[in-house]
Amino acid sequence: MDTLTGNTRVTQSPDVTSTPVELSKRTTRLTARDVTVHYGSKQALHGISIDIPDRAVTSFIGPSGCGKSTFLRCINRMNDTIEGAKVGGTIKLDGEDIYDPSLDVVELRARIGMVFQKPNPFPKSIYDNVAYGPRIHGLARSRAEMDEIVHSSLRKAGLWQEVKDRLAEPGTGLSGGQQQRLCIARAIAVSPEVILMDEPCSALDPIATAIIEELIDELRENYTIVIVTHSMQQAARVSQKTAFFHLGNLVEEGNTSDIFTNPRNKQTQDYITGRIG
Amino acid sequence: MNSLIIAALLLVLLGLAYQTGWARGGALATATGTKVHSRPQYHASYVAVWTLVPALIVLLLWAVFGGGITLNFIREQIPADVLAGLDANGLNALVARIHALASGYGVVGEIQPYEAAAGNALRSFQFITFLGVVAAAAVAGLGAMLYARSRITARHRARNAVERVIGFVLFACSAIAILTTAGIVASLLTEAIKFFTFINPLDFFFGTVWAPNNAATGGDYGKYGLLPLLMGTLMITVIAMCVAVPVGLMAAIYLSQYAPRQLRAVAKPIIEILAGIPTIVFGFFALVTVGPFLRDIGAAVGLNINATSALTAGVVMGIMIIPFVSSLSDDILNQVPRTLRDGAYGLGATQSETIRSVLLPAALPGIVGAFLLAVSRAVGETMIVVLAAGNSPVLRGSIFEPVATITVSIVNQLTGDTDFAGPQSLVGFALGLTLFVITLGLNIFALYIVRRFREQYE
Repeated sequence: MDTLTGNTRVTQSPDVTSTPVELSKRTTRLTARDVTVHYGSKQALHGISIDIPDRAVTSFIGPSGCGKSTFLRCINRMNDTIEGAKVGGTIKLDGEDIYDPSLDVVELRARIGMVFQKPNPFPKSIYDNVAYGPRIHGLARSRAEMDEIVHSSLRKAGLWQEVKDRLAEPGTGLSGGQQQRLCIARAIAVSPEVILMDEPCSALDPIATAIIEELIDELRENYTIVIVTHSMQQAARVSQKTAFFHLGNLVEEGNTSDIFTNPRNKQTQDYITGRIG
Repeated sequence: MNSLIIAALLLVLLGLAYQTGWARGGALATATGTKVHSRPQYHASYVAVWTLVPALIVLLLWAVFGGGITLNFIREQIPADVLAGLDANGLNALVARIHALASGYGVVGEIQPYEAAAGNALRSFQFITFLGVVAAAAVAGLGAMLYARSRITARHRARNAVERVIGFVLFACSAIAILTTAGIVASLLTEAIKFFTFINPLDFFFGTVWAPNNAATGGDYGKYGLLPLLMGTLMITVIAMCVAVPVGLMAAIYLSQYAPRQLRAVAKPIIEILAGIPTIVFGFFALVTVGPFLRDIGAAVGLNINATSALTAGVVMGIMIIPFVSSLSDDILNQVPRTLRDGAYGLGATQSETIRSVLLPAALPGIVGAFLLAVSRAVGETMIVVLAAGNSPVLRGSIFEPVATITVSIVNQLTGDTDFAGPQSLVGFALGLTLFVITLGLNIFALYIVRRFREQYE
């Protein structure tokens, strides 16, 4: 029973006490300075500045419509696909401006993977779902290499045991939690440096959520993870750094333990104690 | 005049009944103080239905049996010795003359005294029966109205009764559509079977020569081989699809995925205007512009292309069904969930990679359904082919030569002097049946595929 051990392990939140020391040692992976987003004439984000630490989980919390997902979508330039969206300010990945006109968006998105709110496997087989990214980026030179990428991605996403005998079946036939882990495997398969997760558990039941949370905890060994969540418990459980958004502003950011035990801002306090949101 | 009076009668009955029901229902609501089951308008509709239906039944009975009764009356007016000397055709002619006299139109030839007398008698008979029928309808309506009115009480469920009537009317309308289809199929079948008593079905379905001959002008029936026509139809359809599918599909992809919103708002309606152009106009366009253009192109590259050919008709028909393909495909592409596209973009796929590897596979069943619907339109199209395909029912393999299609041959066989006793006209029904089976098969196949597509996202 993987699920139950996973559940207990995650709810312990083992890192909350140790993270402050750990975090300060981490290098910064992503730097955002004064990021604004307009959808047409409506301003969705007002000057967001934040540093995202390497190989740690950073969570964005805040009430619906606060701009946390919008900011997340700036980081891999998914806002480019929305008509009328305009992004200002700078976001740097390892010191390189991702909004630089000479930068290749397609390549950027291979470096910054994304997992969406609703599991969205392609209507293809489980194998082809995972192999999709490596194929379009030409990451495997032979069938054997591709098999290796697919198998190891499924293993890292904790899905291997459940699907190893039915890789040819459609990905849409899996359960919701399995579909979401398939989407994580699909994102991992292109070896991204950063993984963005937009409320990855909001469509899942508590057991599937616990499995995904455990997975996130494991993945931060190798990946920089940014997660948007509307569950404060989830942010407390899985993240080392937390940022609180409200009405398009970044209200407060800091170590997760500090935000939840000792918020500096009254709005943050009101939100985490359930008075707004 | 008569129909106006009947319409007026029905309207008066309707108004009276509605008013009666309304007044009665309203009075109940104010008088009893208890809760009335239905609102006044339901009582009004209830009484109106009760009034109109008996009146309509009376009128309908007269419409069905009145003709026979009148004919009997006319026969009685004709002197026995004249009647005895007439065959069926002669009697019909005489009855028609008497009708003409009664209605005041002139007749050719000298009017016999008994004809004039019968005409006068018929006129007064018609007047009296008309009055009688109108009165009977009015009495039936009013009687039913009084009965319905007497049934209105506070607890009377007029609302539920009206609901049943509405259900019945809706059922009747769908029954009309279904029965019409069944009737058309039945008439096609019976006439086609009659055709097959003249021509062996094997000679029809597998014959390679199309040379109908009018037996009335002497000689035999000629040859009725379907294959040259089927070949022409298939050729033109395939050429049309070769034009319409790539252009329509790519236009749909551009409009749904690439075009800025302002351009889409302008371009989509313009493409759909193309669908509103009458096919005969496409026919001129084919005949006057495209045909000569293709011939000149052919001459330039050393091909002998006839101005009226399968190619000309096919190309223009393809242009005609572009909007059909593009607007259906556009709708289907827009139905693919946005999250799927986001998933591909999020993995670093480019726009065309996303469309090719995610969007099109997801939308494929629906797009195939759209193509098949377009094919059945192309198969049944007539006007462009009449003008632009050259009408040459000869089995040939070249698309640069004139051809004839099933639809055009139906037009040829059923226009002008037609005699439905011989195969030269009846073949139209056999061809129609063939066409019907082809398009029906395609439509069923298309619907099956579209349905499978719909289930995919549930």
